[in-house]
Amino acid sequence: MQKSAAEETAVYRATTHSKTQFLFDNERFLGTIFLAPAVIYIIALVGIPFIMAITFSVTDVTVGDTSLDFVGLQNFRRIIQTPQFQRALKDTFLFTIVAQIFVAILANILAVILAQEFRGKWIARMLIMLPWATPISLGTIGWLWIFDSKFSPIDWILQYFGLLGTPDAIFGASKHLNFLGREELAMASVILVHIWRMLPLAAVILLAGLTSIDSDLIDQAQVDGASFWRIHFQIRLPLIFPIMSIALLFGLIFTFSDMVVAFVLTRGGPVYYTQVLPLWAWFKGIDGGSLSEGAAIALFLFPLLLVVAILMLRVARRSEVR
Amino acid sequence: MWAVKNAIKRTLLYITVMIFCFFSASPFLIMLINTFKQDADLYRPQNNPFIYNFPPTLENLELLFQRTNYMIFVRNSLIVGVLVVLITLVIAIPGAYSLARLTGQWGERAGIGIFLVYLVPPTLLFIPMFRIVAALNLNNTIWSLVLVYPTISIPFCTWLLMGFFKSIPRDLEEAAMVDGYSHLMAFLKVVMPLSLSGIIAVIVFTFTLTLHEFVYAMTFISDSTQRTISVGVPIELVRGDVFFWQSLLAAAVIVALPVGFVYNLFLDRLVAGFTMGAVKG
Repeated sequence: MQKSAAEETAVYRATTHSKTQFLFDNERFLGTIFLAPAVIYIIALVGIPFIMAITFSVTDVTVGDTSLDFVGLQNFRRIIQTPQFQRALKDTFLFTIVAQIFVAILANILAVILAQEFRGKWIARMLIMLPWATPISLGTIGWLWIFDSKFSPIDWILQYFGLLGTPDAIFGASKHLNFLGREELAMASVILVHIWRMLPLAAVILLAGLTSIDSDLIDQAQVDGASFWRIHFQIRLPLIFPIMSIALLFGLIFTFSDMVVAFVLTRGGPVYYTQVLPLWAWFKGIDGGSLSEGAAIALFLFPLLLVVAILMLRVARRSEVR
Repeated sequence: MWAVKNAIKRTLLYITVMIFCFFSASPFLIMLINTFKQDADLYRPQNNPFIYNFPPTLENLELLFQRTNYMIFVRNSLIVGVLVVLITLVIAIPGAYSLARLTGQWGERAGIGIFLVYLVPPTLLFIPMFRIVAALNLNNTIWSLVLVYPTISIPFCTWLLMGFFKSIPRDLEEAAMVDGYSHLMAFLKVVMPLSLSGIIAVIVFTFTLTLHEFVYAMTFISDSTQRTISVGVPIELVRGDVFFWQSLLAAAVIVALPVGFVYNLFLDRLVAGFTMGAVKG
């Protein structure tokens, strides 16, 4: 193609090798300056704080006295012996695992449904995504009202159907269930909100996996007379396994490290029965001012996060090989 | 026979969809209903919680907007959100391009490394961060959040954009470079315009992230006029043990619905990021 004179001069000017020009063509140079800000930011504000967290955990630093005096593993030893720790550790694992089991089951059902075509799907998807898309501290406020000790809509429904508040009702003669004031119910409430919050993310990740499956494969199986469930369990599930594990690992991390749900819903109560590790770390470290103990408690989250990260890498690598 | 079976299947499908929608949306539905309820209606346990037993009122919204710091929280959240989005774009776009094109083999590994940083939760780092923020004299101001939030947004956004840049054929830039553009100019003039939808997804993700974040915001800031929505609403709108329930629920739903709507528009792209490229978005 013939180029106009103006274009030619432009090209000529652009190809003239000034010094900056040279630098901006050097891939190594460009690659380094492009990546440097991100790496520096992460080292300065993730790497260094992480090292500080470890340092704090073996000192006696507090908000009032910020000098770092080495005390060895004393903080860890003291923490582990408290009943709060044992409870917090148990709760953190229990909430995470129970919530993820429910999320795994429900997300499978939901993803299969959302893979169908039906009217109003866009609206349905938006409503289902709301819990994930909106700030969890605000969403949990809605639940706080739903679990209210006096005005709970659940209590009202149960009373309406005669299941609560009459002498022979299944849920008891008391007018109110008092969800957040009773140990088991408070724990169940926190778990329910976690399920509610993580289900949408898991479902859409699974959905993305389902829609990426070659439809010929499913058609073939249908022609061969395989039932819907057989296709689901023997063809779809194995194919989307890598993606499903990523969805669940995300859920695991987000639930495991979350303190918002427990904070807004119960403040860790009744007593300390829903006080998960991150929440206790916050109460100790920030509210109570003992930075060292708070840091030590928070560090108990690390081993599990590490395991999850390794698992994720393995899943990602395996799906790449395919 | 086949038609009947199909009709049953459709009905079941719709019922299940409705159950899931109700489960997910019910807290927001309750918030929305209660926003307009009078005290006398709300605080009577025998009243039906799902309908207006007394005429609806706008008083709760008036209270929220005129006699609380709600608008200040909204303003703070907007400032933090916009600034964090800008910082994230300036750092994540070149970083992602570098990982996708310029750094060769170890770019892949560095990319995964950066993604893993996204898995480090605020609850692990908030205590040292509290000290860092205090040392920089940023505690009790929204600037602390502007500084710290990019540590969460940059990793995920770099990862997301890296996948995006990789999907753009290299030939396009090479053609531009043959025409005399430098590599930098080829990136700015050719790759950037083609990546617009990825960049918008990053903006949406980062902005919602700043709205969601709670742990750092609660740790760094105790001054009411510096709080953001996610902490201000659940903490400040509760006066001692007295809840202004309707205003509290209104404050939550007013933010929740628009954010949910916009997030949903870009969902597919964000999901592609979450699946680590195991699914092409």
